Amino acid sequence: MKRKSLYKSFLLLCLCTLMFFPIQARASEAEEQTEINVQELVMEHTSDSHEWHITTINGSHVSIPLPIIVYTSQGLQTFMSSRFHEGDGVYNGLYLNEDGKICEKDASGQEQKVWDFSITKNVLQLWIVVALLLVIFLYCARWYKNKRPEDEAPKGFVGFIEMFVMFVYNDIIKETIDEKHYRFFAPYLLTVFFFIFISNLIGLVPIFPGGANLTGNIAITFFLALCTMLLTNIFGNKHYWKDIFWPDVPWWLKAPIPILPVIELFGVFTKPFALMIRLFANIFGGHAVAISLTCVIFITCQMGLSKGAAISPISVLLMIFMDLLEVLVAFIQAFVFTMLSSVFIGLSHQGGEEH
Amino acid sequence: MPSFLTPDFGLLFWMLIAFLVVFGILAKFGFPIIINMVEERKKYIDESLQSAREANEKLANIKAESDAILMEAHQQQSQILKDATATRDKIIREAKDRATAEGNRILEDARQQIVAEREKALRANREEVANLSIQIASKVIAKNLQEDKQQVQYIDSLLNEMSIFNK
Repeated sequence: MKRKSLYKSFLLLCLCTLMFFPIQARASEAEEQTEINVQELVMEHTSDSHEWHITTINGSHVSIPLPIIVYTSQGLQTFMSSRFHEGDGVYNGLYLNEDGKICEKDASGQEQKVWDFSITKNVLQLWIVVALLLVIFLYCARWYKNKRPEDEAPKGFVGFIEMFVMFVYNDIIKETIDEKHYRFFAPYLLTVFFFIFISNLIGLVPIFPGGANLTGNIAITFFLALCTMLLTNIFGNKHYWKDIFWPDVPWWLKAPIPILPVIELFGVFTKPFALMIRLFANIFGGHAVAISLTCVIFITCQMGLSKGAAISPISVLLMIFMDLLEVLVAFIQAFVFTMLSSVFIGLSHQGGEEH
Repeated sequence: MPSFLTPDFGLLFWMLIAFLVVFGILAKFGFPIIINMVEERKKYIDESLQSAREANEKLANIKAESDAILMEAHQQQSQILKDATATRDKIIREAKDRATAEGNRILEDARQQIVAEREKALRANREEVANLSIQIASKVIAKNLQEDKQQVQYIDSLLNEMSIFNK
């Protein structure tokens, strides 16, 4: 159902772009400065940057400068990213390359990457999410402080959060991890779920405190998948490792050529890799589609008011639909990531009784 | 490789710190408190249901017991009533019997007394009769009687005067 509607909206999007790109190409010759490069826009909005772009008024960018913390050949340097816009864009021998990464030139004039610990847009967004998570859950936890089990169940916001937490706890964690271990892994899985869910939702807010593509950034999903992989393998029991290196299959599948052990060992890495790519691609794709649909309005309006007026309502409708879909996707991806992490951890704790 | 597919070292570094911070705090002060509270509440509700069920059972038992006691009381009551009726009847019967006996005895006494009285009276009368007879005889003798017939009539009238023989 979900994939079908996604597919449909993609098809519509493709049709729109296919129909108007030839005209767009011709129009761009006439008005070179105002040409909209969809790909560039999408990349700009979905990737990390050293400033928080808010809007552009009459060609000048309005953005929040963010602190730069770099470790270069001259040692640690900290300054605001607005320095890059002063003069020729080089500050203390540092400059931004085409990918928006901070670089310096070495003695031979070669471009060198530097150790970049800057508070970028995504880092700031990350801390906003962390702050939100802490505020929400510590507020809820404080509500319980002076309550006893005999007291009434919470209502309103605390009740809503309690329902959410217990949904993840009962329907995901308890279902997939055996009763001896689920308590130990519950805080991690709950943190992962709410971190992804809040990040996904805040990514849908188009203006300042939100809008960064946090869970659509591969570093974030890489870290989360790495955590799941480490937890799965560090706490995996003897049976789990035996199943990898000496599975219960006919002997010729494991010796002299260890076909299945190799496949199983490969699986140890492909499972979290799939987790990483799934979350990244879904959220990145959602952002890309939303921005592309927004671009459709401007592209068609550039070609003429009548065309713009005809196409824009369709585009707006599609955008509303996509945004609603993205809210659903935000939840589903958080759910799927947590569910699969929980399943992997649960599988590494299974006893040998069923074999 | 496009830049968005290569993880940024800096972001990874901050993610490590941020995630560990949020995980550390929430794992200690956030989720366990909520989960423990909900589980305790669940336990409390389960216990309350259990005790309510037990109380209901107890109540049903008490009701049955009270019903039994009531029934027993009813039986005792009717038994007592029956006994009381029997006792009453017995007492009444006995009293009646005694009264009858007493009455009979009194009647008998009275009769005997009457008989005795009458005999006494008769005895007394006899004396009187004798006295009267003597008086009469003296009067008869005193009066000059000419005829036998007149004499008899006179004696009769005299006797009639003496009321005791009229009865």
